[in-house]
Amino acid sequence: MKIHEYQAKEILRRFGVSTPQGRIAENPADARAICAELGGRCVVKAQIHAGGRGKGGGVKLASTPEEAESRAGDILGMKLRTPQTGPEGQEVRRVLIEEALDIDRELYVAITLDRQQERPIVMASASGGMDIEEVAARDPQAILRQPFDPHLGLLPFQARAVVDGLELDGKTARQAASMLEALAAAYLGTDATLAEINPLMITKSGDVVALDAKMNFDDNALYRHSDVAAMRDLAEENPLEVEAGKHGLNYIKLDGSIGCMVNGAGLAMATMDIIKLCGGEPANFLDVGGGATQEAVESAFRILVSDPSVEAVLINIFGGIARTDRIARGVVAALRALDGVDLPVVVRLEGTNVDEGRRVLRESEFAFVVADSMADAAQKAVAAVAERRGGRR
Amino acid sequence: MAVLVGTDTRLLVQGITGREGLFHATGCRDYGTTVVGGVTPGKGGTTIEGFPVWNSVAECREESGANTSMIFVPPPFAADAIMEAAAAGMELVVCITEGIPIRDMLKVKAFLRDHPTRLVGPNCPGVISPGQAKVGIMPGHIHRQGGVGVVSRSGTLTYEAVWQLTNLGLGQSTCIGIGGDPVSGTSFVDAMRLFASDPSTEAVILIGEIGGSAEEEAALWIRENYRQPVVGFIAGRTAPPGRRMGHAGAIVAGGKGTAADKIAALKETGIHVAESPADIGATMAKALGRREAR
Repeated sequence: MKIHEYQAKEILRRFGVSTPQGRIAENPADARAICAELGGRCVVKAQIHAGGRGKGGGVKLASTPEEAESRAGDILGMKLRTPQTGPEGQEVRRVLIEEALDIDRELYVAITLDRQQERPIVMASASGGMDIEEVAARDPQAILRQPFDPHLGLLPFQARAVVDGLELDGKTARQAASMLEALAAAYLGTDATLAEINPLMITKSGDVVALDAKMNFDDNALYRHSDVAAMRDLAEENPLEVEAGKHGLNYIKLDGSIGCMVNGAGLAMATMDIIKLCGGEPANFLDVGGGATQEAVESAFRILVSDPSVEAVLINIFGGIARTDRIARGVVAALRALDGVDLPVVVRLEGTNVDEGRRVLRESEFAFVVADSMADAAQKAVAAVAERRGGRR
Repeated sequence: MAVLVGTDTRLLVQGITGREGLFHATGCRDYGTTVVGGVTPGKGGTTIEGFPVWNSVAECREESGANTSMIFVPPPFAADAIMEAAAAGMELVVCITEGIPIRDMLKVKAFLRDHPTRLVGPNCPGVISPGQAKVGIMPGHIHRQGGVGVVSRSGTLTYEAVWQLTNLGLGQSTCIGIGGDPVSGTSFVDAMRLFASDPSTEAVILIGEIGGSAEEEAALWIRENYRQPVVGFIAGRTAPPGRRMGHAGAIVAGGKGTAADKIAALKETGIHVAESPADIGATMAKALGRREAR
């Protein structure tokens, strides 16, 4: 799960990370008032989940409360486009109004899981504010790496090693080391998968402040962090994905025309891949999961057909946990509930109770296109889209 | 011969009184696996569908001689179940449960360092040695006994590959589902080591997916250590970056873990990469044919 910058800063402050003073505003008048409280000079920052907000025009400096009001007016409600939002952009609903500090240096620090070592790792670089992937591609040596034991936390000497590597000294070094320990505590204490401060700012007076913050969390651990779970902002997510999640389905919207319903994540990815190999484009990833109930399959179907870009549906089920007869009944029930759909539905069933599953499909009132292999299914779905498009002309 | 599970497997099921636990305990028994019973804390002394139930893994082992555990415990309690099984001396623990927090798995990995137990999973379909024993949730009837080892991060995609092999007359020695989580018990390299020391395994299918670098590590190991045919498939060429594709571990993050990188690493090692998931079996048939012709 992702959260906004202002929420990440709220969590980090709780663990002792210092951040600029500031508050959230949902309208220009509030932005003006908050700016005045902060002494009249501030930064107005769009709050959306995607990164690269500065590049898209979502971060502006204001030197008076009036200017803050006008900047907030520009940013609030805009469809902010950044390299991470896609071309349609993301609507800005809130801005963070923060005191403007005098920057001496900008650094990068982050904690994430090193999957190879199976332990958390601090990554730090003297090139703050930049995209860390660019730094890593250009000069891998410029990134310091300090793995640590998740059960002991980041130890003081490990934090000092990172700070030494960043060539900090005196008060600044002490503050940076304790900030790293706090960042590690926040990462571990909230079951985060990423805790990133970019840039980490050194002010002209030598203080260390988290100018920006980003945190992602392990979805599987949210049950034990109700405060974090409450920070979820559904407005930032694709509505169909949110709806799918309510039914326990794993759905990701893509750009193509063939809607997929598959059991199992690996097979769902492979189904997308084979559609592409056959010259089509998948409209989504959808894993109906292992113990998919008839209701879940019905919901899955409703979600697929409510996506206007879907021109054909490909159902690919290999039954293990999910028995194919159960899936077949779910498909038929969903179509009945929807009074059928004006789309070709290609179905490929294999595995446990497959004969019964195929019988359910054959004996239903719907004209399923039955495929006998994965390649056959993909080819039939691609052909169905081509035929539909041809028929329209 | 086979690896991990076989005729000497004595299986217990943790979470046997749950719906899925009972369904698959029965499925394993029906396949021919020796299922000694199961464990559900608080329900010891009862029986369910003919399976005796114990309160703890230690008690169960003491009385039944179990050496393998299969876990269906819900995610908040699954890590504890794995550690309990290891502490009770299980040789093999197969964790089916999906949704265990990463931090819990880090704890499990630390605990396992002091125990000889092998963990497979979590978030996996389990392990099957066709004709001998099934410890998992896979449909047994699609398998056939033979010489191809299969190791995969996926469940149903593995069934797909196995079905292709079986239809081509290529049987399997053992199929190991290592699971789709970012932190898990058995890696591709671990599975390859097992296959390399098994005389009945004459070739291996490796089914990977986006995320992490386990496939690249396996490619390096295979280059140095394995001379028999290996066929690879990587799922997720069309997956968008930064999105978790169902499996907790299936994500391209920071430009790393792409299908293209993994496919390149496999090819560089001389592994036969199936471009289409429909051709995994045929690619193996070709690789074996090529070897026989040599």
